[in-house]
Amino acid sequence: MDAFLFQVLAGLATGGIYASLALALVMIYQATHHVNFAQGEMAMFTTYIAWSLMDAGLPYWPTFLLTLMVAFLLGVAIERLVIRPVEHAPVLAVVVVFIALLVILNSVTGWIYTYTLKPFPSPFPEEPLWGIRYMSPHEIGAIGITLLVLVALYLFFRFTPLGLAMRAAAQNPQSARLVGIRVGWMLALGWGLAAGIGAVAGMMVAPIVYLDPNMMGGVLLYAFAAALVGGIDNPWGAVLGGFLVGVLENLLGAFVIGNELKLSVALVIIVGVLLVRPSGLFGTVHVTRV
Amino acid sequence: MALLEVNGLRAAYGQTRVLHGLDFALEKGSITALLGANGAGKTTTLRALCGVVKTQGEVRFAGARIDGRATEDIVRLGVAHVPDGRGTFLDLTTEENLRLGAYTRKDRAAVAADLERVYGYFPRLRERREQQAGTLSGGEQQMLAVSRALMLSPRLMLLDEPSFGLAPLVVRELFQILRRINERERVSMLLVEQNAALALELADSAYLIETGRVVLAGSAAELKRDDAVRRAYLGY
Repeated sequence: MDAFLFQVLAGLATGGIYASLALALVMIYQATHHVNFAQGEMAMFTTYIAWSLMDAGLPYWPTFLLTLMVAFLLGVAIERLVIRPVEHAPVLAVVVVFIALLVILNSVTGWIYTYTLKPFPSPFPEEPLWGIRYMSPHEIGAIGITLLVLVALYLFFRFTPLGLAMRAAAQNPQSARLVGIRVGWMLALGWGLAAGIGAVAGMMVAPIVYLDPNMMGGVLLYAFAAALVGGIDNPWGAVLGGFLVGVLENLLGAFVIGNELKLSVALVIIVGVLLVRPSGLFGTVHVTRV
Repeated sequence: MALLEVNGLRAAYGQTRVLHGLDFALEKGSITALLGANGAGKTTTLRALCGVVKTQGEVRFAGARIDGRATEDIVRLGVAHVPDGRGTFLDLTTEENLRLGAYTRKDRAAVAADLERVYGYFPRLRERREQQAGTLSGGEQQMLAVSRALMLSPRLMLLDEPSFGLAPLVVRELFQILRRINERERVSMLLVEQNAALALELADSAYLIETGRVVLAGSAAELKRDDAVRRAYLGY
């Protein structure tokens, strides 16, 4: 029983990270109907920036905030310079651009920082928090940070005029323009936010898996699974999907199929969802008249 | 002085020319109607004015050229478009839709006052303020579209078939309110309508458009008396 509880709680911790990245995927999907395959590599790249800052002597939390800002600007820049020119291109062209981004970010990082694993610090203490022995302080902290990010995003989208304008631009770009919203900039802003969320996910996962240019490959796959389980157009579903996939992955890995085959859980989930319920648990079913 | 002046306006969808050099003007404070059959180019004219379709020709708003400018910038000058299909943000609440109408305004107190004023015109919207706009009835959505445009505190409203799909009683109510808005707040209106009788009742002056050209212009009273208009559009 103890082992079971242990696995569930550890699953929630990694699940929070999947949830963050899944949310970043959903945000961009809602606004553009594209799945950003480079989301994971963007997160990885910004985590390396954080590593550089700390390597230069900056303490953790200033680094954290600075990295968020850099990630935001990077996201905005990528949208403006790379994605905008292919705005009206066919889907496959856009997919190729995303994959190119993935490969370029990955190789550039490897070129700058080499492919050797680097330890990445956790901002949370070593010794157990509040005598909790089921979860490490970093796991508790990661869940806390994830929830904090979610709440902040919810408040932003629900209660600020800019958040409302972003929702409007995603839903109905034509009408949004007619009330004076600069839809192009809202998309860029969405990319910036998604990149920022990704950076948080990267900095939370790096202390667990070590920093390396390929560290987000597996995480992105789980995040895809999470977004699909929840419904690719539903942010709440993506978050719930993230936690669900995290727990499921851990339980199956520990008690059923073993750790080596864990990643296949993500693939099984993706294929399973697409076969049984393509719109996910909470997604809307789209019907097209032909 | 003319608030809106249009000279030689041309527009096309791909290879298909829709407007072939349209000329008309709208006096400040007036309600001007564009009449014409299906496919005459009425909706395209409105879309051209607010930069949704590419155009050639000259459009002046309050003296300044606005042709070729981005929709967002034209809106900021005080041109509010009530598009056909109403342009509702279906997944947002009624009140969120209204707040979006005032997105470009910075004067918070005045926006809050305008929200109350709009609810005064359309009490039904106040009852439904927290409701998803997609669940409103057609008439309520049209009221919402007009209200959203009013929230801009516009100088000119472009109204695209506001009577479309509404029950006659609802149309009557809506047009009375449009009249009141025009009289009380001096909001100029460019009204596109297929229902010519209805439009001529509300409008001060009107233009008749056929296949992308103005074929007749005059005061509403003159057009009502015109034999050709009577036979073709008023049906008596």
